[in-house]
Amino acid sequence: MRKFARYFPKYLRIDNFCLIIIIMSNNLDLKKGLDIPLKGVAAQKVVKTVDPGIVALKPTDFKGLVPRLLVKEGDPVLAGSPVFADKQNPQILFTSPVSGVVEQVVRGEKRKLLAVLVKADGKKESVDFGTKVPANADAVKELLLNTGLWGALIQRPYGVMADPALKPKAIFISSFSTAPLAADTDFVLGDALADIQAGVNALGKLTDGGVHFSVNKAVYSSTPFHKVENVISHVVSGKHPAGNVGVQISHIAPIRKGETVWTVSLLMVAAIGHVINTGKLDLTRKVAVTGPAAADPAYVVALPGTPVKEITSVSEGVRVIGGDVLTGETLGADGYLGFFDNQITLLREGTERELLGWAKPFRPKVHSSSWCYFSWLTPGKKYDMDTNLHGGPRAFVETKCFEDVTPMDIFPIYLIKACLAGDIEKMEKFGIYEVLPEDLALCDYVDPSKNDIQAIISKGIDLMIKEMA
Amino acid sequence: MADQNKPGLFEKGGKLYWLHSTIDAFDTFLRVPGTVTAKGAHVRDGIDLKRVMIMVVIALVPAALFGMYNVGLQTSLTYSLGWGFWNMFWYGFLRMLPLFVVSYVVGLAIEFGSSQIRGEEVNEGYLVTGFLIPLIVPVDVPLWMLALAVAFSVIFVKEVFGGTGMNIWNPALVARAFLFFSYPSSMSGSSVWVSKTWVPALKDVDAVSAATPLAIAHDGGLSALDAQYSFMDMFWGFIPGSTGETSVVAILIGALILVWTGVASWKIMVSSIAGGLLVGWLGQIGGATELPCYYQLVMGGFLFGSVFMATDPVTAAQTETGKWIYGFLIGALAVVVRLWNPGYMEGMMLAILLMNTFAPLIDHCVVTSAINRRAKKVKTA
Repeated sequence: MRKFARYFPKYLRIDNFCLIIIIMSNNLDLKKGLDIPLKGVAAQKVVKTVDPGIVALKPTDFKGLVPRLLVKEGDPVLAGSPVFADKQNPQILFTSPVSGVVEQVVRGEKRKLLAVLVKADGKKESVDFGTKVPANADAVKELLLNTGLWGALIQRPYGVMADPALKPKAIFISSFSTAPLAADTDFVLGDALADIQAGVNALGKLTDGGVHFSVNKAVYSSTPFHKVENVISHVVSGKHPAGNVGVQISHIAPIRKGETVWTVSLLMVAAIGHVINTGKLDLTRKVAVTGPAAADPAYVVALPGTPVKEITSVSEGVRVIGGDVLTGETLGADGYLGFFDNQITLLREGTERELLGWAKPFRPKVHSSSWCYFSWLTPGKKYDMDTNLHGGPRAFVETKCFEDVTPMDIFPIYLIKACLAGDIEKMEKFGIYEVLPEDLALCDYVDPSKNDIQAIISKGIDLMIKEMA
Repeated sequence: MADQNKPGLFEKGGKLYWLHSTIDAFDTFLRVPGTVTAKGAHVRDGIDLKRVMIMVVIALVPAALFGMYNVGLQTSLTYSLGWGFWNMFWYGFLRMLPLFVVSYVVGLAIEFGSSQIRGEEVNEGYLVTGFLIPLIVPVDVPLWMLALAVAFSVIFVKEVFGGTGMNIWNPALVARAFLFFSYPSSMSGSSVWVSKTWVPALKDVDAVSAATPLAIAHDGGLSALDAQYSFMDMFWGFIPGSTGETSVVAILIGALILVWTGVASWKIMVSSIAGGLLVGWLGQIGGATELPCYYQLVMGGFLFGSVFMATDPVTAAQTETGKWIYGFLIGALAVVVRLWNPGYMEGMMLAILLMNTFAPLIDHCVVTSAINRRAKKVKTA
């Protein structure tokens, strides 16, 4: 289609209707889903650029990684110097995002490596990886492995770190996020088009199935991302989780048993492209500081591993979440921004006990997607939500709500029950290969029985990994 | 009081820890628990099971209120007492109150006890079951029988399976079935669902019983029925029957609430009615009955069952396609029993219980066929 556009630019400008018809062929309109009306969307401005004194590298950011430490306290590192590697695949390196000195190796129970803290020297020196465009798959692999960006490739099924020995069926990139208060990719990466293009070109060499690239239909006319070439593009519309790459895969090319696909976040595609274009590792990103408890929700430029305290001030009784409220991880006020995160959400801890909450006819401060309450009367309203569970855990009773927020061709409740039962065969049948916990995150939200669906799915996936290994 | 007791005494290690389920139940009844999310999504919807269940109770209120009035009305008509509206309602209210009390006291006591044994929080499912049972049993059922039926259904149909959410059959219906099969002598025949006297002034008058429209139609056909009750009588509910089931209007108000809030599946309601109408129509043209098919909807417990009992999300089919099949079969079976069964003229209870049993099978078929279809699609893709 892109080629077509080059040959007939005038035609397209005059007759946009025709363009739309062509696009329709790769159109994905998802009807199910839910946009959680949360207060605190980040204003489109950068309020601060953080030059962190210390950054943390956390092996826990990468699922499936068993780290082997390559440095010791006191070692000097540059941006791009290896800090730890994967034990099973020692060629997969993880590198420091800044230049400085290894300050501390943080270990937890059973000496589990939790983080490596690097004290930045402020010189911003980088390892030079060269600006040669990698010519083939091996060159791309080598570059990614050495720069520490291999960890950016997520392999499905199971959502683990990609295996360098495999050739995936295809690579999927979603250029937008529909998660609550997610960073606006147009604002964050709109100026990085050249890097994204270089990244896409390189990734395309790793697979024969092509790079699938989805664009948000709602902003199709304004987003720069529809200019990305050498991709199989898809125009996607719908409520959350329409922006989730997993949901898109299940509609574009469902994963069969034995197949693997890789997914890469747009942020990481840009980082890969940046290394190719400049020869230097630069993971600097615009981080959206969001949420009802954020004093001034806006963007902050920071590195992964930056201490939360340097990004934003956190008051007492506020939970700091790396990522969005559905899938993010609790970082804590003393935590560090994760490798994949470009969002921090601040939420009040909801320990207050509301008198007769469930029995009140109206609860204007509490959102509910269920029509048992009256949130439907105020569709545009944003809510000052907190972390209260709003009920006690129960057995499953209402289960249709799961289907209403899962725009995939699966039966969520059957998959969930198969995971609970640890029944491998049923989990396979009901589509465990296609989902990650994030794709069913909304089930957590809507469940009146207050089950932790994501934790159940995650446990099921862990069992699959163990049994199928 | 609950919160003063809370620290220490009822917490783990406290002297009265064994009572914690009960205390928690009252405590969380008054105030939303202060629990915060630990895993998964950090924010949660305001909905919880308490709200879902109370919605069903609210939906049942019109039927219950009308039922109380109707108990008084039928008594007044039968004994020619000439009561006014409030008198009728008050009489019905007094007749129903002991049933509600027994149903809730016995049911909740068992529910609390078993939650205590399991060490779990008390589930609010019984709020609905306890309200349903008095509405579907004869108003003059002896209270000890009711207590026995409630105990049986809560213990053997709910708790042994693991409590609300785990049961296979609708507990309220099983309570009714228990009465029906255990004490047929006090519950059988055409006068089953009619209130007998409880009025002191009529102490020495012989008990008179009025037959339900189903029984009249069963014995005498359309002409006998028309002679006694018009279609509109049955539509509004001025007929003898179980307390909750007589008024189509009141039930439809409840149905509206359930469908609007999304608590019950409209697919089950619609398909059940469709099934009943179809078989009723076949019966009519086949000569099994003189009644037009829509009469099946306004007589007996058909509509009440379709709206409130068949749609119980725990015991119904869970897949959307399955709900169509499940509902249709309930409606069809209920009318089949009505038309082609010489002994027992009401089939709704048994139809729902039977389909409760088969709901997992229906779901299994739906899910398996969906998986096969998907496997084919993925293969060709």
